[in-house]
Amino acid sequence: MNNLLKNSIWVLIAALGAAAVGGIALNRGENINTLWFITAALCVYAIAYRFYAAWIAATVLVIDETRATPAERLDNGRDFVPTNKWIVFGHHFAAIAGPGPLVGPTLAAQFGYLPGTLWILFGAVLGGCVQDMVTLFLSTRRDAKSLGQMARDELGALGGTAALIGTFAIMIILIAVLGLVVVNAMKHSPWATATVSATIPIAMIVGLYMRSFRPGQVLEASALGVALLLLSVVGGGWIDHNPTLRVWFDHEGLMLAWCVMAYGFAAAILPVWLLLAPRDYLSTYVKLGTITLLAVAIIMLQPTVKMPALTQFIDGTGPIFGGKLFPFVFITIACGAISGFHSLIASGTTPKLLSNERDIRMIGYGGMLLESFVAIMAMMAATVLDPGVFFAINSPAGVVGKEAIDAVAKISSWGFPVTVDQMQLLASQMGEATLFARTGGAPSLAVGMASIFGSAFGESMLALWYHFAIMFEAIFILTTLDAGTRVGRFMLQDMLGNIWPKLGETSWTPSVVLTSALVVAGWGYFLYIGVIDPNGGVNILWPLFGIANQMLAAIALCVATGILVKSGKLKYAWVTGVPLAWLVTITSTAAWEKITSDNIRIGFFSAANDLADKLAAGTLPPEKAAVAPQLIFNQHLDGWLTLFFVALLWLIVFDMLRVCSRYLAGKPVLPLAEAPHSPSCLVEDWVRD
Amino acid sequence: MLSKLKSFWRILRRLSGDDAYERYLRHHAEHHQGAMLLSKEAFFKQWQDEKWNGIKRCC
Repeated sequence: MNNLLKNSIWVLIAALGAAAVGGIALNRGENINTLWFITAALCVYAIAYRFYAAWIAATVLVIDETRATPAERLDNGRDFVPTNKWIVFGHHFAAIAGPGPLVGPTLAAQFGYLPGTLWILFGAVLGGCVQDMVTLFLSTRRDAKSLGQMARDELGALGGTAALIGTFAIMIILIAVLGLVVVNAMKHSPWATATVSATIPIAMIVGLYMRSFRPGQVLEASALGVALLLLSVVGGGWIDHNPTLRVWFDHEGLMLAWCVMAYGFAAAILPVWLLLAPRDYLSTYVKLGTITLLAVAIIMLQPTVKMPALTQFIDGTGPIFGGKLFPFVFITIACGAISGFHSLIASGTTPKLLSNERDIRMIGYGGMLLESFVAIMAMMAATVLDPGVFFAINSPAGVVGKEAIDAVAKISSWGFPVTVDQMQLLASQMGEATLFARTGGAPSLAVGMASIFGSAFGESMLALWYHFAIMFEAIFILTTLDAGTRVGRFMLQDMLGNIWPKLGETSWTPSVVLTSALVVAGWGYFLYIGVIDPNGGVNILWPLFGIANQMLAAIALCVATGILVKSGKLKYAWVTGVPLAWLVTITSTAAWEKITSDNIRIGFFSAANDLADKLAAGTLPPEKAAVAPQLIFNQHLDGWLTLFFVALLWLIVFDMLRVCSRYLAGKPVLPLAEAPHSPSCLVEDWVRD
Repeated sequence: MLSKLKSFWRILRRLSGDDAYERYLRHHAEHHQGAMLLSKEAFFKQWQDEKWNGIKRCC
């Protein structure tokens, strides 16, 4: 009877989920309530977690509860510590959830709500969650080794090197594109700039408090910091209304880009306790708090989605980024569906805390489900806006025209009516001078969040909510930026240390300054080009980031598939093999189009040639002609970089296939590097210590 | 109710690392009695430096 009841509940969830997904997919012309999305997401997640994840854990990976984890065997009271699964879940989620799942869905909303939503749901349960969970499992069985080490041990030197280069490349592109998002959010917005600048001294105050005033009192210091952050949102508004102070914070994009670079350099060479660690605490609290608040507001308010299911831009003519629905929706939404970066957290970091293999499903698979849900909420925040407003905020001036009147005419002609008055009213409600061409996704997400928060918790504070949302995005973008620059510095020092050992010393100041400067120059270059590009830069950088991130995911899935085959589990290799095949398909197709397309909004080389022709013919306006040589060089560079990424991807895929076919043919391959079984002695009661 | 609040507080302290030094003391007492014990300041410094020596944040 009990069993029957359980089964019928799951049948009910399946039916409800199918109805909700069907409702979202088949709805045409009418507005649809966000409750449908929440229902669809929760049902899909519940079924995938209960059945698919459980099956993978039990049958494919053969999780062994009696086996001691690295955290137990190598317990040192510091980084290897067996930890309660909810605590590990918290750490893991805080580490994997960055700004990616907020920005990607916002940009992909140009295709309508449907493609992005379906990819976020099914990409996560069949791809992203599987990648995170399998990588976590493999690293746990290998003394918490990193992805790069596992690739080297299991596939060979080629795999290891590819993982290392892939990680470094993705870091550079990621930081550049996130920097661009922040710069676009602060451009000519004294309020946003003042608030975001204030987060730096606030982080330092918190750092000093934790270091010198009350050492180790993390919670006290964080509470102080969060209070100061909220004050800085209000204070930014005060500065914005003060005619003398506001000019100090009113800057062009380029000036802000230089500031972001200077900040990144400072953060990489300053000690971690002063800036990076305290900023990370603050961003984690603000992130978790705001995401919870957004979920509560959406559930309370159940706003209506105004974006159509599909827009005409699936043909590749979209204003936010060029390219057809296939493959570009899959490239644009990386985080939230499948993100290669997670495999770096799931290997090396999280396994050091895992007390029992049993928790792998909840932390690996469940953590990614939650991130996918964040992406769904970002998609809702973007699509509850009037489509006309959404496109007015996100379309670069190079596409719709610099003047407001041209922009609204162009956007209205696409069938998304919007007026100058409407945009002016919205801007003044949000406390901004203008909301036209605020590309990058952050401002439109902030407008969406502000309107949701405003309706749920009081309309009068729209401007405060807007700048709170901007602060929320900026604070963890800057955390990713300084943590990433630092990691990039360590990786570079490690690589250069092979050439000249002195450079590998992480405490030798000249090496620290040199490698930090090199890393900042790397992402600073792309950020600089992104800012001076009249088409907004996002159009170039975001697809490049997506390709790099998906390439890293493919490397992780290659390692996983190779290990499954080598473990004699060929018949289950499809669990990672199918998402891998899909990623290789979309990444290669996207790279192919970015390299060969004749469309100047898609193809890097055709854009470079087009610009070069126009420059030679003298038809460019003087301000464009001045930057044209740099843009041409950059388009070439991006084209070659894309080619390099895709070549690296195929190299590692063939390497994996080589190892697999040798194994299947009975030829010698590198042995499995799994640590020997040792029984777990942990009892349950430590959990509640 | 009070015990729920208490366990929430414990989880919060554990998640944020507020109790890291207490955990270190306990670990030390269990495994390395007699060895040199770090002061709270020194431990916290080392703990933070180690925490940020690698990829800890994602996109």
